[in-house]
Amino acid sequence: MTPASPNPPAAPALSQSAVRPRAYLSRRYHLSASHRLHTDAFTAEQNQAAYGKCNNPHGHGHNYIVEVTFAGPVSASTGMVCDLADLDSFARKNLLDRFDRMNLNTLAAFRNRVPTTENFTVEIAYIFAQFSAAQLTRVRIEETDNNSFEYSTPHAALTKG
Amino acid sequence: MVLLTRKAEFSSAHYYWNDAWSPEENARVFGKCANRNGHGHNYTLEVTVAGEVDPVSGFVVDLKQLKEILEREVVSVYDHRHLNLEVPEFAARIPTTENIAIAIWQRLNGKIPNAKLHRVRVYEMPDLFADYYGEQQ
Repeated sequence: MTPASPNPPAAPALSQSAVRPRAYLSRRYHLSASHRLHTDAFTAEQNQAAYGKCNNPHGHGHNYIVEVTFAGPVSASTGMVCDLADLDSFARKNLLDRFDRMNLNTLAAFRNRVPTTENFTVEIAYIFAQFSAAQLTRVRIEETDNNSFEYSTPHAALTKG
Repeated sequence: MVLLTRKAEFSSAHYYWNDAWSPEENARVFGKCANRNGHGHNYTLEVTVAGEVDPVSGFVVDLKQLKEILEREVVSVYDHRHLNLEVPEFAARIPTTENIAIAIWQRLNGKIPNAKLHRVRVYEMPDLFADYYGEQQ
């Protein structure tokens, strides 16, 4: 599907009230990647103590579920917080094409950071903060059915400092 | 204050269309969702209410009563219906997931005894959902 451009003309006939209600839209994306939890700042024994089986030198992998939440007024003309096709297209290019079927340790984002799911969550918040059609409020990653990590973003757009 | 969440499910048909636009503009903005023959989803509704725990019953609200309210106010109106054609609030409002969450809030708000509506979450499918917390400043 071709993503629609933002800001279609407004249709006054469909407006609900003077104040457009604010809603939250959440979308989940699935990606599979490998990683190894290890830091050169620790000795081999310290790495083993801190990361246990996640320190296996050959790595291991997960089916990650990335859940992103955006807030915004519901458009009177489309009924939407943001165009889903635009968001999916952004996620394809900036999330799935970059991280799916990859070894996280080999990526620039994790050159100087351990690819824990905490750090992955923050990295993904930086990425989706660049999606300008709505305000990113939360990133949540399920690493397994039993582990999930959340990062609620501040109101100001995140900028990588 | 304790939050309590009850789920309900309904299956409905809908399409996305703005009468103020040309067919081409509708197709461009809404893509395959603009098919006027409609399509459908199994929606999951999660209603979260906030309230104090009653010292005698130990409940925030009576779950059976909450289930009956959801059934009466929402499920019986939406389930196995065409939202655009058969549900009055969508005659002039596009039944997107966001608008369904808002409409359900408006149907339920003030109708739950001893508790305040906190959040309405509507899943159109497991990977897409909308939350509404009422009018916020």
